[in-house]
Amino acid sequence: MKVKISFLILLFSFLAYAEDKEQFNAGEVIMEHISDAYEWHIVSIGDHHIALPLPVILWDEGKLVCFLSSKFEHGKKFYLSYKIAEEGEHKGKIVKINDKGEIIGVPLNFSITKNTLALFLGVSLLLIILLSVARFYKKEGQHAPPKGLAAFIEPIILFVVEDIAKSNIGEKDYKRFAPYLLTLFFFILINNLMGLIPFFPFGANLTGNIAVTMTLALLTLIIVNINGNKTYWKHIFAPPGVPWLIWPILVPVEIIGIFTKPFALMIRLFANITAGHIIILSLISLIFIFNKLWMAPISVGFALFMSLIEVLVAFLQAYIFTMLTALFIGLAIPEEHH
Amino acid sequence: MGGLSLIGAGLAVIGAGLGIGRIGGSAMEAIARQPEAYGKIQTAMIIAAALIEGATLFAVALAIVVK
Repeated sequence: MKVKISFLILLFSFLAYAEDKEQFNAGEVIMEHISDAYEWHIVSIGDHHIALPLPVILWDEGKLVCFLSSKFEHGKKFYLSYKIAEEGEHKGKIVKINDKGEIIGVPLNFSITKNTLALFLGVSLLLIILLSVARFYKKEGQHAPPKGLAAFIEPIILFVVEDIAKSNIGEKDYKRFAPYLLTLFFFILINNLMGLIPFFPFGANLTGNIAVTMTLALLTLIIVNINGNKTYWKHIFAPPGVPWLIWPILVPVEIIGIFTKPFALMIRLFANITAGHIIILSLISLIFIFNKLWMAPISVGFALFMSLIEVLVAFLQAYIFTMLTALFIGLAIPEEHH
Repeated sequence: MGGLSLIGAGLAVIGAGLGIGRIGGSAMEAIARQPEAYGKIQTAMIIAAALIEGATLFAVALAIVVK
């Protein structure tokens, strides 16, 4: 009960942000929460915003420009002729303006944004957990009965290696790909889970960022096609058992197929995680749309229910991404004789 | 135009619902017949469902992007 209540308080504090005296615009608030930002907004009390300023790093015409995003004062002001565009083609990006306030250029942007910081946090947490487990096995020997954190992580690693890698790639080659698959699984899992925790320094929509999922999908594309053997390429450029007259139709389809598989991986992870965040935020937004007290327990109850489903989705999406990657690798290295 | 694309997204989701529902139902029947093949059936089921979901998400993403 105590845990439940504190969870509700956290949910409320997270969304006190959405409290607005004027007309409440649910779509705007939700988009703000799921998109990347130059500062990490923590809470707003009245008109006072508490946010963690993040470094802005720009490469503008051969010059490196660094400053803290607090100089923008939550996107309202400009600094050194840079500002965050409020509308138009470059909305949400940092642009260079002239004296009249017209946009004259877009500098290369290497800023540590909210998602980048969340990425660093997730990866350091992962390193701490997995390196401590690795240290345990180094000290106690590979076949020691696992204790503590190792006892928690070992079944997951065994699951990925045995059930995902071995059963999809095959006895002979699975060990080569196990490190990549394990990295993929734990990276997606920890970032999915961290995205679900609704308070600072968690709750960034990292795996629901299409650039992040695209990077993961690109890695899969490269690894699958670098390791593709003769049989794999033969099935693409000269499908056996098919009359050669049909090749002009089949070969382009197969070539497109190389790219649609990782593309589907990218869209799947992005859409699932973003949709999950949008659903939870919409349910919470109901309170402010109805603007009645009795709505609060209903919407928080539904949001809690959705959060629990999202925990399942977090595991499922990590599993599916890893599993499909293993499957594609397995399809790219078929046995020579068949 | 926005409304029309949303109807398209809805239609895509109906298709996915029917498809994934059939996969789930068939997997249940298969598991009932051969409980010992549970693991393999579940893996195949998730792969098939993921592929259908991929096609649907294409449609939904397009419907949201193309206004």
